[in-house]
Amino acid sequence: MSGHYEAPIREPLIIGHKTYHDITEDIARPIEERAGKLWWISLYAALVLFLYGFGCIAYTIGTGIGAWGLNRTINWGWDITNFVWWVGIGHAGTLISAVLLLFRQRWRMSVNRSAEAMTIFAVVQAAIFPVIHMGRVWVGYWVFPLPNQFGSLWGNFNSPLLWDVFAISTYFSVSTVFWFMGLIPDFAMIRDRAKTPWTKKIYTFLAFGWGGKAKHWQRFEELSLVLAGLATPLVFSVHTTVSFDFATSVIKGWHSTIYPPYFVAGAIFSGFAMVQTLLLIARKVCHLEDYITMYHIEIMNIVIILTGGMVTVAYATEYFIGWYSGSRFEDFTYLSPGAAVGPYWWAFWALITCNLIIPAFFWFKKVRTNIIATFIIALIINIGMWFERFDIIVINLSRDYLPGSWTMFKPTIIDVGVYLGTIGFFSVLFLLYARTFPVIAQAELKSILKISGETYKAKEGDEHH
Amino acid sequence: MKLIKQKKEMSTTKIVYGLYADDDDLMNGVKAFNDKGIAINEVYTPFPVHGLDKALGLKKTRISDAAFLYALYGVTIGATVTWYVMNHDWPQNIGGKPAFDWAHNMPAFVVPMFELMVFCAAHMMSLTFLVRNKMYPGAPAQNPDPRTTDDKFMMEFVTEDVESVKQLLIETGVEEITVKDA
Repeated sequence: MSGHYEAPIREPLIIGHKTYHDITEDIARPIEERAGKLWWISLYAALVLFLYGFGCIAYTIGTGIGAWGLNRTINWGWDITNFVWWVGIGHAGTLISAVLLLFRQRWRMSVNRSAEAMTIFAVVQAAIFPVIHMGRVWVGYWVFPLPNQFGSLWGNFNSPLLWDVFAISTYFSVSTVFWFMGLIPDFAMIRDRAKTPWTKKIYTFLAFGWGGKAKHWQRFEELSLVLAGLATPLVFSVHTTVSFDFATSVIKGWHSTIYPPYFVAGAIFSGFAMVQTLLLIARKVCHLEDYITMYHIEIMNIVIILTGGMVTVAYATEYFIGWYSGSRFEDFTYLSPGAAVGPYWWAFWALITCNLIIPAFFWFKKVRTNIIATFIIALIINIGMWFERFDIIVINLSRDYLPGSWTMFKPTIIDVGVYLGTIGFFSVLFLLYARTFPVIAQAELKSILKISGETYKAKEGDEHH
Repeated sequence: MKLIKQKKEMSTTKIVYGLYADDDDLMNGVKAFNDKGIAINEVYTPFPVHGLDKALGLKKTRISDAAFLYALYGVTIGATVTWYVMNHDWPQNIGGKPAFDWAHNMPAFVVPMFELMVFCAAHMMSLTFLVRNKMYPGAPAQNPDPRTTDDKFMMEFVTEDVESVKQLLIETGVEEITVKDA
């Protein structure tokens, strides 16, 4: 293992005096132990939310999207806000697993599995919104260029909405494949220590016969590298394409060249905030403090500072242009002097407070190395990023080109219900995942134990002095 | 007569498993066997051991070359579908964006073409990986000892000269030796 030297002054990524077997035990424990009370309570709560949301979705499909608070002026509302919010959250997972793999960032190994799970579950939630927004969901497959008997009924490939169909579905399926391929050796580990016949059967099914042969590991590493290479442009392309939904339109406030990079930065910003929210809980509940260390938390907070800074620059640019253009329509865009004092002033200031002011506290080392502060700020960023999408959609649409049709958006209980339902659905999936999947890529982690493990680093440090 | 001879030959060929507790010992073992010119049939490890493929003299895998071909296939599908739908089968002027010919309209098709490229490359490469490794849902475990997915490293030999293999294994710090009939 001497090929991968790491300076002793670097913080260890695995704390404590671990052996390879300890890693196996620590990662398999949450799967093999019985679930605690807290897990069951959380699952029931999430299921209730999910069922409520499911009811609201059923009502929407049965009644039509008139059940939502949309009107003729504001024809996109909570649905697309939630869609963009969930897709954005999904970005951190692939960024961690793919981009950081290419950059050889070893700290990713403790967090990539859960971050990818979060990605996949978030994209599932995101997909719900445009699908039910179609109204007649049963003809939803018309968006795909399938051979049909309707003559001219092909999708319109000039439309960013169709690009988005391709972008989101590719992102979802490629992320899932990437995630699953990485899981195979870890499923094999669970399979080989399974005690009950059912566990053995299930994990044998999932492990695909993996045996850890030298040639298989060689192919596995090549596959991971190439999939990471393929997924990296995918991370950037997905939110770029989502931003095209807005940027290629002729709506003021949307028709903006800054959107693609700004959306991607915002997506990573919100994604990392959600990773922090989920991992801080998972770390505590599954006792993974030795693997997801303070160093991991701090470094993710630094990514939040970076992407938050990019978002801040984008906000400042939009605000400046809103004023500098001198156009009276630009004065009603979501980031403009008009928006700051207009009827949606509260949404404007919620965005500024949650995304600009509060995350800036991460510049202080004391704050970004404090678990409670990190958790609270991450939650606030999640709220702030929701408001960003709400502002982009609702504030921009509420003041259109005809003052006579200016109006406000009032969400109905169904709007709220569908949103809460997706949060419930997401939580159900994540809770089930945390109990049945190896939440840390243990095979990968074992490969860095001798480089980044505390015991080994201490030994190496002694040898050098 | 021939059958008996074969049987006799088979009975002298044995499978020897050497179980190491540490990856550094395993690597030293591999080097020692290479020096002696004894062929290692297979090595099972719980994680990718750095440099093992080179030490075993494994050829570079070609699945990334295959992925490149799959990516080309994906782009071709994307180009064909966009041309067929937008320029050939039913050209339309939607929102003032007329369909002239594929070359003129292509910039609008970059996203779907790119997505199809990634889609085909990623999925078909993963399938190739599974097929080449003889892996499928529910396949029986390919490792002879369940400890090799936990913390042990196993060398497998198919040999007639069991004693010299055993001796070298012991010299290189093996933890456990198992001999089976082939």
